[in-house]
Amino acid sequence: MNKTWWKILAIILVLFSIIAGFLFPVPAKPILNESIRNIHFHVPMWFAMIMMLLVSFIYSIKYLNKGNENDDLIAVESANVGIVFGILGLLTGAVWANYTWGEPWSNDPKQNSAAIALLVYMAYLVLRNSMDEEQKRGKISAVYNVFAFPIMIVLLFVLPRMTDSLHPGNGGNPGFNTKDMAPELRPVFYPACLGWILVSGWITTLRYRIRKQENLNN
Amino acid sequence: MKKFLFAFCFLLLASCITFAQEADGVEMATALRSSGKIYVVVAVLATVFIGLAFYLFSIDSRLKKIEKQQH
Repeated sequence: MNKTWWKILAIILVLFSIIAGFLFPVPAKPILNESIRNIHFHVPMWFAMIMMLLVSFIYSIKYLNKGNENDDLIAVESANVGIVFGILGLLTGAVWANYTWGEPWSNDPKQNSAAIALLVYMAYLVLRNSMDEEQKRGKISAVYNVFAFPIMIVLLFVLPRMTDSLHPGNGGNPGFNTKDMAPELRPVFYPACLGWILVSGWITTLRYRIRKQENLNN
Repeated sequence: MKKFLFAFCFLLLASCITFAQEADGVEMATALRSSGKIYVVVAVLATVFIGLAFYLFSIDSRLKKIEKQQH
């Protein structure tokens, strides 16, 4: 993970998505208009969040298995970065919704679930910070984290599908429908998602390394 | 006939001048001004992101120095 190439790849992918996201042709849709380009910037925030929370989940399990303190530190820092990207996702979504759905918050099932999922993870940080003893703190917060991840998945990918939602791909639609997204968006959308996931991973490694140093100094 | 040709040439020239004004005017032909100047926004965002990328790299290298001192 200390190599440089994937960091450069992250920058290139995101830079490409910024340039191509503005300039490449997009399908003309009523209401959405040019704001359809937001899909290259708003959705990758959520992809980055989910990947970082997945990393957090995996390292919490690892910590519970082996008891290595560094795994616990990775779990916390990836959850931290995941929450930041989740907040960015909520904010960018609210701006987009204001001009397409008419208000920043329309109590759409996916909006509500995303907010609840973020609260679940904020509770993880509160729980962690409420304990001083390292092993106890590590273990209890790891167990909480292992339960939080499936709850987040259900909140974001299952519950919004069971009712009508303003978000596309929800409300009774089958999952992973290949017709959900116009083909001309894909060459920009996928690199954007990968790029932002790599950027979030990079920030996570930076935070983890800082925390490790702090740990050594204490 | 001469008068007519003169008038015709004048009109042609005049229209050329007005066309020229529309084409060049103050507009200095650059790609950045086409398509409602959207390229300017792209350039600004790209600059912001490249700046942030360099910032991340500088944090990374500072951390590397600290990690080397520790070991």
